[in-house]
Amino acid sequence: MSEPLFTPEEQKKFDAGISQLLSHYPPDRKSAAMLPALRLLQELKGWLPPEGMKLVSEKLSTTVAKCYEVATFYVMYHTQKPGKYVVDVCTNLSCALRGAEGLLHYLENKMGIKAGTNGDRYFLRETECLASCGTAPCFQINEDHYENLTRAKVDAILEKLS
Amino acid sequence: MSVLTEKVITRDWERAGQNTLAGYKASGGYAQARKALAMAPAEITDVVKKSGLRGRGGAGFPTGLKWSFVPSLEKNTKPRYLAINADESEPGTAKDRFILENDPHLLLEGIAIACYALGAHTCYIYSRGEFKYPSSVLEKAIEDAYADGVFGKTTLGKDFELNVYQVRGAGAYICGEETALLESLEGKKGWPRLKPPFPAVVGLFGCPTVVNNVETIASLPRIFEKGAEWFMKLGMGKSGGTRLVTLSGSVIRPGTYEVAMETSLRELIFDQAYGQGLPEGRSVKAVIPGGSSAPVLTEAEIDVKLEFDAFKPLQSMAGSGGIMVMDDKTCLVRSLWRIIRFYAEESCGQCTPCREGQPWMTRLLRKIEEGRGEMADLEQLMNVAVSIAPWPPMGLGTTICALGDSGALPVQSFVQKFRKEFEDHITQKRCTFGDRPWGAFGDFQ
Ligand SMILES: Cc1cc2nc3c(=O)[nH]c(=O)nc-3n(C[C@H](O)[C@H](O)[C@H](O)COP(=O)(O)O)c2cc1C
Ligand code: SF4
Ligand code: FES
Repeated sequence: MSEPLFTPEEQKKFDAGISQLLSHYPPDRKSAAMLPALRLLQELKGWLPPEGMKLVSEKLSTTVAKCYEVATFYVMYHTQKPGKYVVDVCTNLSCALRGAEGLLHYLENKMGIKAGTNGDRYFLRETECLASCGTAPCFQINEDHYENLTRAKVDAILEKLS
Repeated sequence: MSVLTEKVITRDWERAGQNTLAGYKASGGYAQARKALAMAPAEITDVVKKSGLRGRGGAGFPTGLKWSFVPSLEKNTKPRYLAINADESEPGTAKDRFILENDPHLLLEGIAIACYALGAHTCYIYSRGEFKYPSSVLEKAIEDAYADGVFGKTTLGKDFELNVYQVRGAGAYICGEETALLESLEGKKGWPRLKPPFPAVVGLFGCPTVVNNVETIASLPRIFEKGAEWFMKLGMGKSGGTRLVTLSGSVIRPGTYEVAMETSLRELIFDQAYGQGLPEGRSVKAVIPGGSSAPVLTEAEIDVKLEFDAFKPLQSMAGSGGIMVMDDKTCLVRSLWRIIRFYAEESCGQCTPCREGQPWMTRLLRKIEEGRGEMADLEQLMNVAVSIAPWPPMGLGTTICALGDSGALPVQSFVQKFRKEFEDHITQKRCTFGDRPWGAFGDFQ
């Protein structure tokens, strides 16, 4: 037998989470809970494994295909397992005017990868405006937000990562 | 200099604990919702109409008028919904996140007022997926509000059931468009819907729905505290209140500021209280006044006041208040390329002109920026833009939603106003700014 997807602890969190989410919607609109349900799965497993997608589809009375249709539309969902640290660097205009292209190159050099590549440790990506335009440049590491970045700040942030 | 006489949204942000329920109540919180809940719903809508409150999400649509499009319960017995647009993702815009971070109960109090006026027993706050911290502050605020009897079976003690849920997005700019937002709330990919019918009549789950921006709804408590006339008088022309704007780019002090509508773009950029101008020796070349989908302005045009209607003669818009400043050493071809690449990336793909046109414009711009362009490419670029949405702007172009225009109109404004810079790239066969295209603060240090 293959390993179960969830530990008993995770299973409990998943079941309770889904029931709570479903209570936020009309009873005949279970599939409305799709976005938060996928988020829940990703929080538990770090990505959206196929077995998990099946569970979500069952809980929401919809099809696996529908789950993937939604999951692949939104960039924050990982249908492939990402590196340990997903680093999203805003290179949109306000950030570019405050050095974002240089920041991206600095990270590429430090991490030894090209933006857009998913490595074991880092998945470095360019992303779009993160609402730090007045506090630019900025990036997010696994959704933690950092702004007003400088070389020194970036060094300190990366140093703290295990 | 038109100084801001009274702050509206940011008034209490400096107070300690303002983002907690206790702190919010200590500064008089939830008293305004109680006041409003003692009124008749129609009276509330009247107050909002009189206040001159206009949508802060981009279109500046009069809020009271929008509410009045919701059919009466006699005509339509379906439940009605309020959806709060906290998807803030128009490039250049960083204001709603600060409301969530600094004063989430201001939004929640506004929601109580709006839902009661609309007869909506459910409100979904659609917050941007990337907003981990703002969302956590909001989530705690919602929890506390329930525990304190603000929401639930009764609203602040009034026999009116109200449930408020936060739903987090997952990284798709298009979901800020109101009908895409509704699709996303229904658990689908964010494909905008053809209008009409408008959401006020057929919205979430097929029911009447009002979609309003965070800042719009967060203005309501003050309107009920100080009165519609006060709010109207604070503003200018047909626009009541103040505005939160985000100043970014080549200025000394970028940031998010609350300003009077009477404040001009020039004052915002140069005043000591705001942007403090540009570094020594640099001058303003171009300014995008309302998020990157707003047509660009030249230096000669920045005496415009930051009021919604004031931008119409300039064929641009106040939009989401994202003001991006480019100095004389900034490459506008490169800047425009970065803007259009965004719209190409975020096109949902439903309409051919947008799906094909935005990437095409992106490629043409890159070609020109890299010195590989020909004059024919510039014409081609303009032709593609026109086929998505013609100039001058006249409402919606040839597409289902305004994302089409968001790429097409900036292209036309940049090329018309700064044509020489594009031509120089072509005749000199290189970027005329070399490897430093981003102006005064463009180096990473
Ligand atoms: C492509 C696109 C993106 C949008 N993004 C946002 C957004 O992030 N936040 C927002 O409040 N409005 C956004 N809007 C405007 C909304 O469609 C809608 O007009 C607004 O939320 C209504 O609220 P208001 O009347 O209070 O401004 C966007 C519109 C378009 C066409
Ligand atoms: S204009 Fe673009 S984003 Fe809007 S519906 Fe059409 S293809 Fe989608
Ligand atoms: S442009 Fe980078 S955060 Fe807005």
